[in-house]
Order: sequence, then C-alpha cells, then structure tokens
Amino acid sequence: MSELTSLTIAEARERLRAGEVTSRELTEACLTAIDAADALNAFVHKTPEIALERADAADARIQAGDAPAMCGIPVGIKDLFCTEKVPSQAASRILEGFRPEYESTVSQNLLDDGAVMLGKLNMDEFAMGSSNETSVYGDAVSPWRRGNDTTPLTPGGSSGGSASAVAADLCLAATGTDTGGSIRQPAAFVGITGLKPTYGRCSRWGIVAFASSLDQAGPMTKSVRDAAIMLGSMAGHDPLDSTSADLAVPDFEAMITGDIRGKKIGIPREYRMDGMPDEIEKLWVAGADMLRDAGAEIVDISLPHTKYALPAYYVIAPAEASSNLARYDGVRFGHRAKLAQGDGITEMYEKTRAEGFGDEVKRRVMIGTYVLSAGFYDAYYNRARKVRTLIKKDFEDVFAAGVDAILTPATPSSAFGLGEMADADPVQMYLNDVFTVTVNLAGLPGISVPAGLDAQGLPLGLQLIGRPWEEGDLLNTAQILEDSAGFLAKPAKWW
Amino acid sequence: MLDLTYDAPKPKVIAGAKSDWELVIGLEVHAQVATAAKLFSGASTRFGAEPNSNVAFVDAGMPGMLPVINEGCVAQAVRTGLGLRAEINLFSAFDRKNYFYPDLPQGYQISQLYHPIVGEGEVIVEMGEGIARRVRIERIHLEQDAGKSIHDMDPHMSFVDLNRTGVALMEIVSRPDIRGPEEAAAYVGKLRQIMRYLGTCDGNMQNGNLRADVNVSVCRPGDYEKYQETQDFSHLGTRCEIKNMNSMRFIQAAIDYEARRQIAIREDGGTIDQETRLYDPDRNETRSMRSKEEAHDYRYFPCPDLLPLEIDQGWVDDIAAGLPELPDQKKARFITDFGLSDYDASVLTAEAENAAYFEEVADGADGKLAANWVINELFGRLKKDDDKGISESPVSPAQLRGIISLITGGDISGKIAKDLFEIVYTEGGDPAEIVTARGMKQVTDTGAIEAAVDQIIADNPAQVEKAKVNPKLAGWFVGQVMKATGGKANPKAVNEIVAKKLGG
Repeated sequence: MSELTSLTIAEARERLRAGEVTSRELTEACLTAIDAADALNAFVHKTPEIALERADAADARIQAGDAPAMCGIPVGIKDLFCTEKVPSQAASRILEGFRPEYESTVSQNLLDDGAVMLGKLNMDEFAMGSSNETSVYGDAVSPWRRGNDTTPLTPGGSSGGSASAVAADLCLAATGTDTGGSIRQPAAFVGITGLKPTYGRCSRWGIVAFASSLDQAGPMTKSVRDAAIMLGSMAGHDPLDSTSADLAVPDFEAMITGDIRGKKIGIPREYRMDGMPDEIEKLWVAGADMLRDAGAEIVDISLPHTKYALPAYYVIAPAEASSNLARYDGVRFGHRAKLAQGDGITEMYEKTRAEGFGDEVKRRVMIGTYVLSAGFYDAYYNRARKVRTLIKKDFEDVFAAGVDAILTPATPSSAFGLGEMADADPVQMYLNDVFTVTVNLAGLPGISVPAGLDAQGLPLGLQLIGRPWEEGDLLNTAQILEDSAGFLAKPAKWW
Repeated sequence: MLDLTYDAPKPKVIAGAKSDWELVIGLEVHAQVATAAKLFSGASTRFGAEPNSNVAFVDAGMPGMLPVINEGCVAQAVRTGLGLRAEINLFSAFDRKNYFYPDLPQGYQISQLYHPIVGEGEVIVEMGEGIARRVRIERIHLEQDAGKSIHDMDPHMSFVDLNRTGVALMEIVSRPDIRGPEEAAAYVGKLRQIMRYLGTCDGNMQNGNLRADVNVSVCRPGDYEKYQETQDFSHLGTRCEIKNMNSMRFIQAAIDYEARRQIAIREDGGTIDQETRLYDPDRNETRSMRSKEEAHDYRYFPCPDLLPLEIDQGWVDDIAAGLPELPDQKKARFITDFGLSDYDASVLTAEAENAAYFEEVADGADGKLAANWVINELFGRLKKDDDKGISESPVSPAQLRGIISLITGGDISGKIAKDLFEIVYTEGGDPAEIVTARGMKQVTDTGAIEAAVDQIIADNPAQVEKAKVNPKLAGWFVGQVMKATGGKANPKAVNEIVAKKLGG
C-alpha cells in the first residue's frame, strides 16, 4: 500500500487515467497510512467519509473522461483553511468547535477539480511559529530523525502538519500557507517541495487571516512538477478577495521545459550570514553550480536592505495580526470563557482571549498592539512599511537588471529537535525566517526545493525567488535543481 | 450658476456672570449612504428587518472573510462631495480603526483616516433673508457603521443586532465655522436637504440614518477672529465632543447646555477637560462619557484587505453630469424666474419633491399665485390631513394649475376657488368641469350684478340713507350682493357698481 501513497501527483494522474488505479484505492491507502501515523500528529481532523465520497465521485469523472489534473488526488488541507462543516480551528483553542458554513476559495478550487480531502493538517496556532510547537493539538512531528537518535524533530512551521504528512507519504500533497516562510521552511526541513506563489495569485478568501498583506496559500508536494500541477488548481482570480490578481492562470506544468539556458541567476551577497553552517554554504554553491551546468549565468547581486527585513516583518506581521485576531472575542463563535458573578464584557474578552490564545499568539498580538499605538506608530509600523518598500525596490532593481531568479538557502539550518528552542529567546526562533521573509515582504514567488542532506542525515533545501507572476519560469528553474540534486532520500519509517 | 449673496450672521453671544462668551461649533455628521447593499458586503441595508437577518459572513466577522468595496457606495460619496462643491480625491484608501465592542464583530471599523474620498468643500447655511453662514467642509470619508447592542431586553444579558453592521456611512466633517445652536441645527438641516436632493442619504434622523457628533467650545469675543487670522485653534478654547445626536432639537439644546456648562467652569477659574460627552434629553444635560486619558487608542493602520481606491476623473465627470439642480441654485432660480420672495422660494425648495410639484403648477401659470396656493392652501390642507407628504397629495399639479387659471381667467373668485379646491381635494375631478357643472362660475355680467344691487338698495332704504352719510357702509352692500349671488359675483365689478349707485 505504501507504494500508492508515495506516488507523486503526476504519477498518480497517469495511473488514474490509465485505469491502473482508482481514486478510492489511493484514498484508502492514504487513510490507512494516516491511521498508522498518529505519532506524527500531522492530521488533526480526519475526514474519511468525505474522502471516500469524493474519491468515488472522482473515479466517476475519470471514467467519464472529464478529469482535471488534480482529479482523484488525495490531499491534506492545512487547518488554516475554512472547510465547510469540517472543524477549522487554525490550531487554536479559541476556535474550539468552529465548523464554518463556507469553503475557502482555494480548497473549493481543489474540490472542483476533483481533489480528495483526507482531513485537516496540524500547524502552528494561527500560523504563528516556525516549528509547529504552538498548536493547540500539540506538536506535529517530523518523520525524519537524526540517524538512530530517537529525539523527535520539528517538521518546521507553521505548515508543519502539511510537511510531515507529505514527507511521510500520508497523502500525495498538501496545502500550506506562507506568511514569512511557513511553506518553504517546513518543506526544506522535511525534504519536499514548497511553493509560495506571488501575493495575489491564490485567493485568501476563507483562509483564517494572520497577516493579510503577507499571507499566501501554496502547494507542498513531492516534486516540482507536482507543485506546478497543484498551483494550477489552487490559483485564480477571486472577486471575493480584493487583493487577488485578475490574471489568467497559465499552464505552469507546460512551462517546465528543462531549458534554462541564458537565464541569469542572482546570488545575493547579503544572504551570506555570519555563523552560517558550512553545509548550508556548500549546498548553496552546489546549487549555483547545478544551474550554471544547465546553462544559466550566475551573477553576484546585492539586496542591500536585507538585514532590515526580519525586524520589519516582525513589526508588520504582528501589527496586522493584532487587528485580524480581534474578532476572536467569544461573542459569536469559538471558545468563550466561563464567567464569574458580576463579570462584564471586559472580563469576558480578557478571560476568553487569555484562555483561548497560546503564548506565541499573545506575544504577537501584544507586539502588534504596541507598534500601532499612538506615539509608536511612526517609529515602528510606518518605518517598517518604508523598509518594506525599500526591500521591494531591492528586488525590482535586480530584476530590472536582467536577473531571472535568485538562489538562496531556504533555511539557516536543518530541522531542530522539538523543545530544543523552548528556553531560547523568541527571536532565535524568528531567525528561522531570515531567508524567506524578504519574499513575503516583496510579494514575490519563492520555492523551496530539497537539495541534499546534512551530516546528521537531515534534509536541506534551496530557495529560488522569482519575478512577480512568473511562477512558471520559477518552477522551470526549480526543476533543474530537483533533477540535478537528485534528492531521493525518504525518512526511514519509525512511526 | 446663480448665486445669492449673503451677509454673515452674528455669532451667538451668551452673557456669563462676568463677561460675554461666544460659541465655536464643529460637527461630524454621519449620514447613512442610500444604497441597497452594505459598504463591503452584499447584505441588505433595509431598515426594520428581523434582527440579524441582514448579515453576510464578513459582516459577522467570521474567520477568513474579506471585504469587497461596493461601487455604488463610492458613487454616492462622490455625488455627495460634488453636491457640497468639494474636491474629489481620485486616490483614497481605507484604514482600520481598532476597538473592542460586541456590536463590532471584526474588532475594527473600516474607515478612511489618512486618505478620505472627498476633500474640502462648503455649505451655505441660510439664517434668514440675505443672511447665511458659509461652513467649510474639511472632508468626507466612507466608513462602516457598527451594529446595535441592546441592554434592556434581559436583566442579565445583552443582545446584539448586526443588521446595521457594515452599512456604509459618510462622515462629513466641518471646520469650526458654526457659531450658535441654531446655526448648528440649520447646518445639519442644509446637509440633509442637499443629500435628499442628491438621493445619497434619506436623512431619516429617527432611524439614526443621520446623526451628528458636535464639538463645542467657548471663547471670548474677539478670539474667534484671532483664530481666523492665524488658524491657531488655541484661541477657540478646549472643546468637548457630544456624541451621537439624532434630533435637531437635541442638537440645539445640548449645545446650549454644554456652552453654559463650560462658561460656568471658565468663569469659576476652572479649565475645560477635553472629553467625550453624552446628551441626556430627559434631564437636558450633557454627561462625561470618557476623558482624554480614557480615550481609545484606535491604532489606525491601512486595511491590508483592500487595495487603495483609485477612481477615474471621467467617472467623476459622469456623476457630476448627472447631478440634479441643488437647493441653492433652485432657490435662486425660483426667485428670479417666478418672482418669488426669499421666504416662499425657501419653503418651496426645502424638498426637491415640493419644488418639482410647484414647478409643474407654475408652468404657464402666475408664479406668485402658484406659490401662494402650493404653500398656503395645499401644504396647509395636507398638514391637516394627517400630515401627508406631497407625494400623497390627492390634488395633482395639473388640477391645482386648473384652479389657478380659473382665478386668473376671472372665472371664479379667490373665495370660490377655496371651495373648489376643497371639492377637488376630497372628490377629485377637473376643476373647470366642476365649476361649470355646479354653477360656480363668477358673474361678471354687469347687468345681472346691477339688478342685484338695485334689489338690495330697494329692500334697504334705511341703510342707503346711512351709507350716504358714511361711505364706509358700502361694504355692507357689497357683502349683501355677494351673499345674494352665492359668492359668484365678480367682487371688483360689485364694488364699482355699489359705489356708483350709492354715490349717484
């Protein structure tokens, strides 16, 4: 059975169309794998009835010859996506019992194309975290281990459940969301492909908002080609999201030609951080070599405002979050604290939010509230917005100079152990996003591709950053990295 | 455009115990935009629906829901701006105003702090014939209304109705140009009139569709002029804001109370705390709601769910081209074209519907007479008839014009015309036909009138003798003739003949 669950979308699609396998068989195999993988804590709501029903419907469509690429493909959906009548809690206690009466546009697009939802995936609470340790459901666990060391490792975050589920072959692919690196960092940690599209490529409607100007949904898959296929289904203009771009969705898969001759790939010098592990440095050089060997021109570039990206991000994202999360007040849905005699509305808010939100969420709500306060707004929020504009301009200048894509490491290290950062300064955790946040601030597409293993046997990823709306070109370049790196490692099954 | 010239009214002066004081008033008027759907959702704005029935997911602040701007609301704001001769900003943007309250489901109100859709404009507020205050408008921005919290339905619980949540409001902010309670009420009235002309707000204050926050301060005579020279607000005294007033009467009473309260404090050597106050109409007083220290920190920031609002000049021009004639222009035209008095022109242009009715009546008829009949007879009759509006008038403009042309044609006297009007009002019908059918036509046949006069003279010899001594008694004969002819005799002819016969 594990053979079926380890298929890529592209492989499964061919076998489904050839009648060699049914969606029901694929789905049942995934459901079995999921049931056997509780130790990973990746799926937090299983929806086997919905899955089988949709699998049968997909099989009927395939038989009728009406089968879009995603038809019959079993996928997992991050808990941040609202899914109709299915618990959608953003991994937070404050949304306890919340079952939306609506389906997010992205999950609806997948559903319309015949994709089969297996269930909801673990994540950091409200997508705030880089290790999936802030979830009300407990930590998601990586299927990877450091050799024989049984220390549980993080699958990264915030899309940790998605990463773990795809890497452990519990599903063929999963949706993720990426506000500062939440698709790309976990993808790198577990050796899969993670794509954050251009801001506005996928609708945000129905996705629980963290930081609206940065949030973007994207695919987490077992191959670059799969990312192209799945993005094609997820993406598209949505009149319900004013920030969604009114652009046609190209055939991303068809843009993977294997030819990157003459492409100019930039290596930003500011991404060479002090104290960066040697292995990361080496992988980065190797990645550049792979692209050069395929005919690309490698150029050194400068993105001078990079060092301000992380501080700016940790002002803007919490600011928006503090406002976006104000609606979780116990009045209309989700958790409401038990009140004492004489408690009024203020006590209801305070107790509900104190009980409903975890520490990291509270920390960011407080930071966000602070930076927007009278007297601090200009010093923090407005300055951060200016920095953001400069960061965006850094990229625009480089692209205007003819650079087609930018190659960077995806993360500053391989996956760390769950709990290892528990006593660290929260800023240490934020440093995980150092290579990824610039992309969100600039609204660009970025993809993380597995490129090697470190000395502990853990995956490392490389990130490619593309021009806005040119995900097709980006995927084409990423395909070269995937082919050249030949990353085939799989975690040894221990769960 | 016709423009009338005005003198500025005198500011209201309140005599304190120690000196005179003047008032300085600025208003923030919240006008509900007349549209079918809310500012950022497709939910209906209908008043009086079942609680929580006009609520889209986004209005209820459900997770993941996003606002989408309603173009109709933008057009209405632009229309209002044009009506107030204001600058239209082709670039505007939405900001979030953050605060917690159960009737604010998102935890923020989407508003326009930094880039409002409408910039500076002005309103002319007439305070009597030839006297008007020019009130400068600082800005108009679009924002969401909040829902309604209901605290008196249950001793232990509060209820929330979200029907109004997210309904579009225009906040119209004036400069501190208003100088008395009557001016403040007149200013709100003028805004209401203009918006009703434009069809951008129904102006229904009872339903809360038009509300005002009133900023009041007091200063000594001469200080306001210093402010005008320097634009330095410190000359105007510390202001207090009286929130959420939805009656012209309360606005005036609240300003008056608040001014006297501030004067008493200042004359006592105290200082005014800048604060938000609420007016209690039952006790006719304002009470502190929250001080400056307790003021909310709204943490305004650009709403990341919405792109900046960019509109084309061409679109604005199209809206401008479709603008109706506005009250000031209409009034000036009525005065010029129909020879109406300032007062009559004001009354007739108060509501666009009334003005349109009048114009139909006056079409081809005597303008002044038409104005008299519309104002005195028709409006008076409608008022008696359950305070009906012009749209419910049983007398059509054509019917009223018919009555008037019977008067000017000499067919009926003014007195008979009143009877005729009552018949038309209650029974309907064509005025000319009624006059013929019921024999109401005025007798202008001098022979007939002469015969009637002769008869009266013959029947009352004693009166004739008296009249010869006292010519004023001729009126008695005229009255007798009118009585005898059932009021149909042409009064002018009767006067002449009576005078001739008695004199001769």
